[in-house]
Amino acid sequence: MSESAQSELALTPSQTVGPYLSLGLTWPTGHLVVPEDAPGAITITGVVRDGTGAVVPDGMVETWQADAEGRFDHADDPRGASGSGFHGFGRASTDAEGRYRIVTVKPGALGDGQAPHIDVSVFARGLLDRVVSRIYFPDEVEANATDPLLSGLPPERAATLVAERVGPAELRWDVRLRGEGETVFLAV
Amino acid sequence: MTPSKPATIHQPSSAEIAGYLRPPPGTHPPLDSPPYKSTGLRAPSQAPVVLRHRLTEITGPLLTGEIGPNDHDLTRQHAAPPIGERIIVSGRVLDSDGRGIPDTLVEVWQANACGRYAHSVDTYDAPLDPNFSGGGRVVTDSAGNYSFTTIKPGPYPWGNHHNAWRPSHIHFSVFGRSFTQRLVTQMYFPGDPLFPYDPIFNSVPDEKARQRMISSFDMENSVSDWALAYRFDIVLRGREQTPFEEPHE
Ligand SMILES: [Fe+2]
Repeated sequence: MSESAQSELALTPSQTVGPYLSLGLTWPTGHLVVPEDAPGAITITGVVRDGTGAVVPDGMVETWQADAEGRFDHADDPRGASGSGFHGFGRASTDAEGRYRIVTVKPGALGDGQAPHIDVSVFARGLLDRVVSRIYFPDEVEANATDPLLSGLPPERAATLVAERVGPAELRWDVRLRGEGETVFLAV
Repeated sequence: MTPSKPATIHQPSSAEIAGYLRPPPGTHPPLDSPPYKSTGLRAPSQAPVVLRHRLTEITGPLLTGEIGPNDHDLTRQHAAPPIGERIIVSGRVLDSDGRGIPDTLVEVWQANACGRYAHSVDTYDAPLDPNFSGGGRVVTDSAGNYSFTTIKPGPYPWGNHHNAWRPSHIHFSVFGRSFTQRLVTQMYFPGDPLFPYDPIFNSVPDEKARQRMISSFDMENSVSDWALAYRFDIVLRGREQTPFEEPHE
C-alpha cells in the first residue's frame, strides 16, 4: 500500500442542515425502505418536538437497519454481505405537523445479543450535528430486556427508544429533542 | 475485502468488531451552542449515551442514488444559465486513513448568487433566479473524487441577532460507507470577511478544524474562458485497528 500508516487526516467538522435542507435532501420515495405493498411492510410514524413541546416542521429523519433476516447487504458485515439488494435506508422530512413516516420491514435479530433495532439520525435547523437514536420493537419484550443498550438505561429512559404499536402494521415512535420525556440520544 | 475470512458463518461478538475512531474533541460543534440561538430549544439537555459500534454501526447505506442528467451541474437545470460567478467545486471524500471512498453519494444545496434560497421559507428581500434551484448531487468515482459545477452563492442575512449574515457557503451531505461516517457540513470560501461574526462557523471549537471547512482556490482546475474552481476534500472517520481486521499480517 502506498498510503502511509501514520498520516492520519483530520476530520471535516459537522454543520447544521439549516432551514433549507429540502432543496438538497428531498427524495420523493426516500421514506420507502420497501414498497408500501411489500410483504411484511410496516409503517413507522412519529412527531419530532423541541424543548417546549412544539413540533419541528423542518427536520429530517433517516433510518438504517438490517433486513428481516437480520442481515446487511454490506461487505463490512463480518458475516458477509447478504447479496439480497436490501438497501436498508429510509429518509423522511417532517411535515408542518412535525410528522415523519417511513415504510419498512421489521429487522431481524443480528444474532449478537442485541434486540432487533433501527438506527436513526435526526437532522434539523438548530442541530449543529445530527442526533442519533434507536427504534426498538414493543413485541420483543424478552430480547429488549437483555439488549446491551436498553438494559443499561433507567426504565423510563429506555422507554423512549421503544416504539408503540398503533395498528396491525403501524408503529409510532416520537422524538423529543429536549425537555420532558427527552429521547435517549447516542454517541456513535 | 480480506480473503482470509472463515468460510462458516461467523457470529461476531462485539469485541471482535473494529469500530470507527471517535472524533477528537473540538472537531464537531457542541449541540448546545448559545450564540446560535436555535440550539436552545433543539439541542438535547442530557449527555448522549455512548454506543459501542456493532453491526448496525459499522455498516451503512451504500447509496449511489438516482442521479439525473444535470444533477452535477446546477447551471444547466433550467432553460437559461443562472446569474452569477460560475464555479467548479471538486474534491475527494476520504476517510482519516487517506483512503478515498468510492461510489458514495454527495448531495449539495445552496443559495443563489444574491444569497436567496429557492425555498418558500426564505423571505430575504433579494431576487430569486428563475434559472437556479440550488440542489445537486454527484457520486464519487473509484478514487473518491467528486466534481460539480454551480455558481458562487451569495452571503445572506438571518434572524439570529442584529445584522447577522451567513458567510457564503454550500451545504454538503455525505454518507461514507458506515452509519458512523454520516456527515452533513458546509463548505465556505477562502478569505470571507464574515467568518469572525458567524456563530455557525464558529460553533466548531477547534480553530484548525474550522479551517478545514474552507475550500481552497483551485487555479489548476479552473477552465479558461469558462469557470474558476475551488477544492474541498471531506474527511470522514477511519476505522479502529484491531487484530480482527488484520488476521495474518
Ligand atoms: Fe445555508
